[in-house]
Amino acid sequence: MAGIELLSDQGYRLDGRKATELRKVQAQMGVFGQADGSAYLEQGNTKVLAVVYGPHEVRGARSKIQHDRAVINCQYSMATFSTAERKRRPHGDRKSSEMSLHLKQTFEAAVLTQLYPRSQIDIYVKILQSDGGNYSACVNAATLAVIDAGIPMRDYVCACTAGFVDDTPLADLCHAEESGGGTSLAVALLPRGGQIALLQMDARLHQDHLDTLMEAAMTACKGVSKVLDEVVRQHLQETSVLTGE
Amino acid sequence: MKDTPLSNCERTFLLKAIEERKRVDGRETYDYRNIKITFGMDYGFCIVDLGKTKVMSQVSCELAVPKETRPSEGILFTNVELSPMASPAFESNRQSDLLVKLNRQLERCLRTSKCFDMESLCVISGEKVWRINVDVHVLNHDGNLMDAVSIAAITSLSQFRRPEVSIQGRDVTVHTAEERDPVPLSIYHMPISVSFAFFQQGSYLLVDPNDREERVMEGLLVIAMNKHREICSIQSSGGIMLLKEQVLRCSKIASVKVSEITELIQKALENDKRARKDRGKFGFAESLPKERITALKTQEAPVEMKDIQETASAIISKAEVPLNTQAVRSPVVHAVGVGQVGEGVTSSWGLEEEEEEEEEEGDKEGEMEERTDKKKWKKGDVVVISDSEEEDVVMLNQ
Repeated sequence: MAGIELLSDQGYRLDGRKATELRKVQAQMGVFGQADGSAYLEQGNTKVLAVVYGPHEVRGARSKIQHDRAVINCQYSMATFSTAERKRRPHGDRKSSEMSLHLKQTFEAAVLTQLYPRSQIDIYVKILQSDGGNYSACVNAATLAVIDAGIPMRDYVCACTAGFVDDTPLADLCHAEESGGGTSLAVALLPRGGQIALLQMDARLHQDHLDTLMEAAMTACKGVSKVLDEVVRQHLQETSVLTGE
Repeated sequence: MKDTPLSNCERTFLLKAIEERKRVDGRETYDYRNIKITFGMDYGFCIVDLGKTKVMSQVSCELAVPKETRPSEGILFTNVELSPMASPAFESNRQSDLLVKLNRQLERCLRTSKCFDMESLCVISGEKVWRINVDVHVLNHDGNLMDAVSIAAITSLSQFRRPEVSIQGRDVTVHTAEERDPVPLSIYHMPISVSFAFFQQGSYLLVDPNDREERVMEGLLVIAMNKHREICSIQSSGGIMLLKEQVLRCSKIASVKVSEITELIQKALENDKRARKDRGKFGFAESLPKERITALKTQEAPVEMKDIQETASAIISKAEVPLNTQAVRSPVVHAVGVGQVGEGVTSSWGLEEEEEEEEEEGDKEGEMEERTDKKKWKKGDVVVISDSEEEDVVMLNQ
């Protein structure tokens, strides 16, 4: 790759991390009063807000009602100030629609929708600052928000990106590494069973490297799940202290 | 307009058949449908048939201002359109989920994998570059649009030729096809996508699902690869849970399929080049007499007819005589057009004597009898069916 060296000889990346190191993940649950569930998550420099409403009656199209399960409605949007150049069209463009579809698909697999027939669960995600790993940060934030809303899920849904440079897999890519033209793989994982809810890969990768890359991404996801678990337990402790239990 | 919903019994039938490892159209698990590639008169036009799924792709180019972030690279613009003629579920001017998925997948497959040299499309750095538009239209939807779209797009890109350009200082002259031969694009590799449909919680998969199988599938995995065994893109959709081993297995199957399809495309491209060089007839002019355009014409399959006579008589001789049949009397032909089988039953309707005779004759014969009956009756006959004095039932003779 001309110009930027994504992995130095000593094994350090652009921001000083080692190849398998994740960025710092900080999260807070219950940030909004109005919503049923909300969460704010920072993964390195990527900052995401997620809000969950539901389960409630299906609004809008009557045709969306499913008689045996809840419908999940996701909307993904980026704030106009989230990227280096001001974003003209925060929603409605193809990339946002595709992301919304992917989020919907991921959560339909994880949430126990059979418990809420004929209802709708809304998940709104907004990116406040984008520095790579948009999809992963959204999934992690949305997981926390869904837990905050009290909607039962099969397992935590953790997502992470992984890349491949010089035969070394890199975990948790930042924006410069993603757009550098190398491979980037995004995986949404349910850690306990090792099941993949969503798999998305761009750019060329030789078939033989697929195994190592997927392995790296899944390990990174398990790391993220530990952090999310910590955050949930902390939040529970805080709220139970406040309510005097 | 909404698509016809799939009935429950059809759904259970399909799922049961898949459980028993059988596909409704007789294919094996990893079999693709028949792929046919046809080219048109212009460079960069092709129609791909994947079974009954028909997809049309056209590549065109124009001079445009390059992106600010990449001033010396050409622009690739892909667009997939779901024509309403393809399926009753497609409406024009509606951005449906499927359309977004197809567009994004094709964009990722072609653009991010860098399948052709973008820098060679630069004319004047920062001011003028070639913009390549790939327009794909879906003409008939019978499942697995993604694969058909990717094959059509990459085939038409491989066949496309852009006009030759000469630069003198700041003046750019675009030469027409007559002045100078158009230049093909330099394609590095051909990314082709392979779709896998998952059933039974991901334990069973099928390659190239047709429309019916797509409707009952639980999830879809699309892997785009080229023949050098490089994966260009993976996308899972539909909310199924996958395991790492399944994905690795699918990628191995995909590499085999992709090399087969790439061979087919190369052959088609070569045939087309040869046809154009020999100034043979090609393109739409030839499609009518060779009946290539007729979308759903089933090809004639030869049937072995040699020993039919012997086989038939062998079957008859070996067949058992069915029990419980009354001996059927052979028909008696009274006159031309009149036949009688059996004696008939005496009618108990209380008709006059004339009619009794008619009733006897061949009530087993049906049509022919009716016609002759009518001939025998004189015109204007009125038949009284019941003796009751309350009703006057009159049967009119035609």
